[in-house]
Amino acid sequence: MTFSKIKDALTGLKSLAIGLGITGQAFCAKNVTVIYPKEEVDNLSTYRGPVELVGKDDAPDVPKCVACGVCGKACPSNCLTIRSPIPVKDGELPSDPAEMGPAPQKGAKTPGEFILDFSLCSLCGQCVRACAHNALRYSNNPYLIGVNRKDFKLDLIARLRNRTRD
Amino acid sequence: MNAFLSLIAYPAARIVLWLVLMFAFIGFNGLILVWVERKVAGYVQRRPGPLHVGPMGLLQPLADAVKLMGKQLVTPAAGDKVLFWAAPLLAFAPVTVCFLPLPFDARFNPLPMNLGLVLILAFSGLGVVSLCLAGWGSNNKWSLLGAARAVAQSVAYEVPLLLSVMAVAICAGSLDLYTIASHQGTWPWQWYAVKNPLAFFIFLVCAVAETNRAPFDLPEAESELTAGFHTEYSGMGFGLFFLAEYANMVIVSGVAAALFLGAFQGPFLPGVWWFLLKIYCILVFIIWLRWTFPRVRFDQLLNISWKWLTPLALLDFALAVVVAGLGAHK
Repeated sequence: MTFSKIKDALTGLKSLAIGLGITGQAFCAKNVTVIYPKEEVDNLSTYRGPVELVGKDDAPDVPKCVACGVCGKACPSNCLTIRSPIPVKDGELPSDPAEMGPAPQKGAKTPGEFILDFSLCSLCGQCVRACAHNALRYSNNPYLIGVNRKDFKLDLIARLRNRTRD
Repeated sequence: MNAFLSLIAYPAARIVLWLVLMFAFIGFNGLILVWVERKVAGYVQRRPGPLHVGPMGLLQPLADAVKLMGKQLVTPAAGDKVLFWAAPLLAFAPVTVCFLPLPFDARFNPLPMNLGLVLILAFSGLGVVSLCLAGWGSNNKWSLLGAARAVAQSVAYEVPLLLSVMAVAICAGSLDLYTIASHQGTWPWQWYAVKNPLAFFIFLVCAVAETNRAPFDLPEAESELTAGFHTEYSGMGFGLFFLAEYANMVIVSGVAAALFLGAFQGPFLPGVWWFLLKIYCILVFIIWLRWTFPRVRFDQLLNISWKWLTPLALLDFALAVVVAGLGAHK
């Protein structure tokens, strides 16, 4: 009885020493913190930021998107708004600029407007999964800042154009 | 200059001068220790700790101190105002006196006394009274629970602490820290930490418990008592408790260095530097303990003291008496 207690106490002391060893090793090891403005992480390719449109292979500033609207329906938070031009019926004059309606519009194969409300998005990726044309993907841009709610209504077509310009 | 020298010939003048110096020493050490604590905490968790205020974040504690001083002092409406504000003063004031008998250097003894160790033990016992007053004066159940724990803990750990100290005092044949220090030699194998490692171990554990440091920081256990006895304190009220805690750490480390590590004894360097170096080694070890071990439960805390440390300390004390007795007969 007494001996087993002494044995327990000695085992406990040993484990305390091992614990000190572990923190001691961590103390001597290199810091893992990346001090941001001076250093930056090098694994941004694995970062899943707000979704972005993918450009066509032959014209990178034109989205691959065919404005089918499946991504908007797949989104559980309704944060995607895809609108494309309403086709002109026979005998009507085309409006200028073209009138937009929610995608899909019969005959319209490109989105006229592709808005992501990032303040609603939870980055679940259902839109990326739903897209049959691989026209959507996660961006790996962590530097998204804004000073009010409107700044997070992202115009994805404009962002694609800006991205390919530089 | 001559007038100054003749003035410090009076013990009273020397005490006052030394106390003022010690106030400065405590304040400076408090700042340094906060920085060391946060740096060690950072490195143990593989992050850099304070970094941006001053070189290597060295001015961070200063910025924190200025912030603390600028804060409003709030007294709880239902609390006892006199006791509430007496507590932080009572926590801090006795600590300064405890620095008087510490042996900083062999040639420098501001207040020769043959009961230095007793003085330290007596005045550090006052600290727990201040925690008790803080808990009572706050009129807050967390504070009161924290104070109750502080008292139980202090009573439990004072016994093995005193026994381990006495084991050394009996071997050295003195209660004066200067005499005990000069009984030990220059080299580590002449120190009481090597001659009596059990007493050193018991003293270290009790010292951590007496200063309410993790893993024995039950009086201020954040997870269950918010902040324990200092829950209601804001600004420098809290600041004084904080400073007193660090000053107490320096004292127990100083006593440990004097009793077990030969105080100012050491080759090449002047004694003061050896003493400060030893104090800081023990301090870093105590900080290292804090960032390694989780807090013990209250029954575990009392069991460690009453079922293990006290019997072991008694045994060690008995052995020390026998060894000292044999030595005296030679």
